[in-house]
Amino acid sequence: MSTLEIKDLHVSIETDQGTKEILKGVSLTISSGEKHAIMGPNGSGKSTLASTIAGHPRYEVTSGSITLDGEDVLEMEPDERAQAGLFLAMQYPVEVPGVTMTNFLRTAKTAIDGEAPKLRTWTKEVKDAMEKLRIDADFANRNVNEGFSGGEKKRVEILQLELFKPKIAVLDETDSGLDIDALRVVSEGVNRAHEENNMGTLLITHYTRILNYIKPDYVHVFVDGKVAEQGGPELADELEANGYDRFLAAVSAA
Amino acid sequence: MTEQIAKAEETLRNTNDPGVIQKVLDDNPELQGLGNYEYGWADSDDAGASAKRGVDADVVADISAKKDEPEWMLKLRQKGLKYFDRKPMPTWGADLSEIDFDNIKYFVRSTEKQAQTWEDLPEDIRNTYEKLGIPEAERERLVAGVAAQYESEVVYHQIREDLEEQGVIFMDTDTALKEHPEFFEEYFGSVIPVGDNKFAALNTAVWSGGSFVYVPKGVHVEIPLQAYFRINTENMGQFERTLIIADEDSYVHYIEGCTAPIYNTDSLHSAVVEIVVKKNARVRYTTIQNWSTNVYNLVTKRAVVDEGGTMEWIDGNIGSKVTMKYPAVYLTGEHAKGETLSVAFAGENQHQDTGSKMVHMAPNTSSSIVSKSVARSGGRASYRGLVQVNAEAKNSANSVVCDALLVDTISKTDTYPYIDIREDDVTLGHEATVSRVSEEQLFYLMSRGLAEDEAMAMIVRGFIEPIARELPMEYALELNRLIELQMEGSVG
Repeated sequence: MSTLEIKDLHVSIETDQGTKEILKGVSLTISSGEKHAIMGPNGSGKSTLASTIAGHPRYEVTSGSITLDGEDVLEMEPDERAQAGLFLAMQYPVEVPGVTMTNFLRTAKTAIDGEAPKLRTWTKEVKDAMEKLRIDADFANRNVNEGFSGGEKKRVEILQLELFKPKIAVLDETDSGLDIDALRVVSEGVNRAHEENNMGTLLITHYTRILNYIKPDYVHVFVDGKVAEQGGPELADELEANGYDRFLAAVSAA
Repeated sequence: MTEQIAKAEETLRNTNDPGVIQKVLDDNPELQGLGNYEYGWADSDDAGASAKRGVDADVVADISAKKDEPEWMLKLRQKGLKYFDRKPMPTWGADLSEIDFDNIKYFVRSTEKQAQTWEDLPEDIRNTYEKLGIPEAERERLVAGVAAQYESEVVYHQIREDLEEQGVIFMDTDTALKEHPEFFEEYFGSVIPVGDNKFAALNTAVWSGGSFVYVPKGVHVEIPLQAYFRINTENMGQFERTLIIADEDSYVHYIEGCTAPIYNTDSLHSAVVEIVVKKNARVRYTTIQNWSTNVYNLVTKRAVVDEGGTMEWIDGNIGSKVTMKYPAVYLTGEHAKGETLSVAFAGENQHQDTGSKMVHMAPNTSSSIVSKSVARSGGRASYRGLVQVNAEAKNSANSVVCDALLVDTISKTDTYPYIDIREDDVTLGHEATVSRVSEEQLFYLMSRGLAEDEAMAMIVRGFIEPIARELPMEYALELNRLIELQMEGSVG
């Protein structure tokens, strides 16, 4: 049983116009086995939250805390966060020329677990996971994300999610740019990771479409760097029907 | 003194305590840099201590006399000295102003005669090569032949019997000059003339050691011939001279590796390598240069390729203080091919000025240059290349790709491509890129559990992968290991 606890988190970035506060007091608690969806309009700070949890150096935490099972996550380097059991499926996975997927996956698995996976079972595990995600076998020999389509990159992110077995995963707009078949395959991967590893998930999205496949236990509406409202799956239905207008109006009125 | 160093080294090897390490390094400044540079130890140096500094006609005459050379070689040496004195220092490339020619020892004889077995080698020399892993390579049959040059002369040489029976000659250049003078009269200095450049002239004047290879018609040497060059004496100049002749339809792969101890003052390595590739023959020449960072590495390498022949240079430059090296291919026969794969690492206080020259002198010739360089910690990596197509070299083709990777914001890269085309019917391609290791790439890999220096090393390894893949397995592994050593402590 693991718990990621975010308390009153304030985050700023440096821009050409000076320091800008993006997150203005976010509190969230995600435990093993739970599925949380964060929904919100563009520019509301959803991706900033994802990147801050993973430790991207561009984001400066000015106050508040993030802990994983009581350990101070903000004190950890990004690699230490991965080793502690956090995973970020990125919105824009990065190409690493000259490094094959096989090499990358094995190196990362070794770094995260602190020991090399057993070669024979690992090879099979990778092969099976790729098959389930309908990733062609020749991807193993291709360079990390190089020349992959948007959909292929997202599948490969979920492949890592399944292989690395994090305690808590943050999915940053994993559904964007996916066609309906890819969306289903990717969602199945996330659901498998839940069932098999009792993973906790923070799913960030604009659209309710992915929530048809990954059923959230909690929905948080994110507006202007804060959680504006929390609820169950029914909140997503309301957003589907009425959009974000109600929340945006509240912000501009305030 | 040397006992003290050996003891200090021993201490360093057995401790991880930064305080102890610092104290040992303070007491023994010769060992500065050990840890990052694994080959930095020095052996006892009786031979080097007594060697004369500086070069003049007497030094040249003395070298020639000690080697009991024919008169024509002495004359050639004297000519080389004249050109060396007359030619100005090249100022178009790396900064060479600190080289003190009068302080260099031009000839150091470390052992009286060449050994036939490892056991016959003097103990200190044997230890050196054992640390470098050479006897294992030979025992495991990774090589078809081995040459080991210590200071000025080749101290050990071995070739497989089956190759010898096929007529393959692989021996040190001094012995070859005695035993096969006919090759030398015909080819020595024919590819790189005595006055080609200041450092080739110096080499001609004081050359010693190096390899001579002859591969007869139609013979394919399937596993590589290997040579190891080691400088031990402080302020030593190593001037080996290598001559490779691949007769028609033959094939050979020659590999060389280079190391030296770390001293406070500089050494000079100035080799000349001449290669003759005859009709339809193919030669591959691989260098993994890992001199310590007080060595000036100023080397002239050139091949002449006849009809249908192929010359491939694989040139890895990791060590040295300054390297200036542009392996050249003169394509003199129709359908001749030239290829250079070059990879350079420039770390702190290093300048790698490397590239290649391709000269098309006949129709239907083709060449390619792929250069990859990595600069970090304020190092500088320069690509310098020449593509020349002479009139009448119709339907020739060349492509140049040079990619530079900057690991931080204080390092430097530059590109000097020279193109000289005197024929209309040619195809040329040139691509150059400069990239920096991006924050996003580092973050991506770190978020997958890799520490920052591991992430950096992975990105750098990926960058040079197209060249590493051309190396024999054990050399590719060695290159990867050297990169990791280079990248350690490069961030943060």
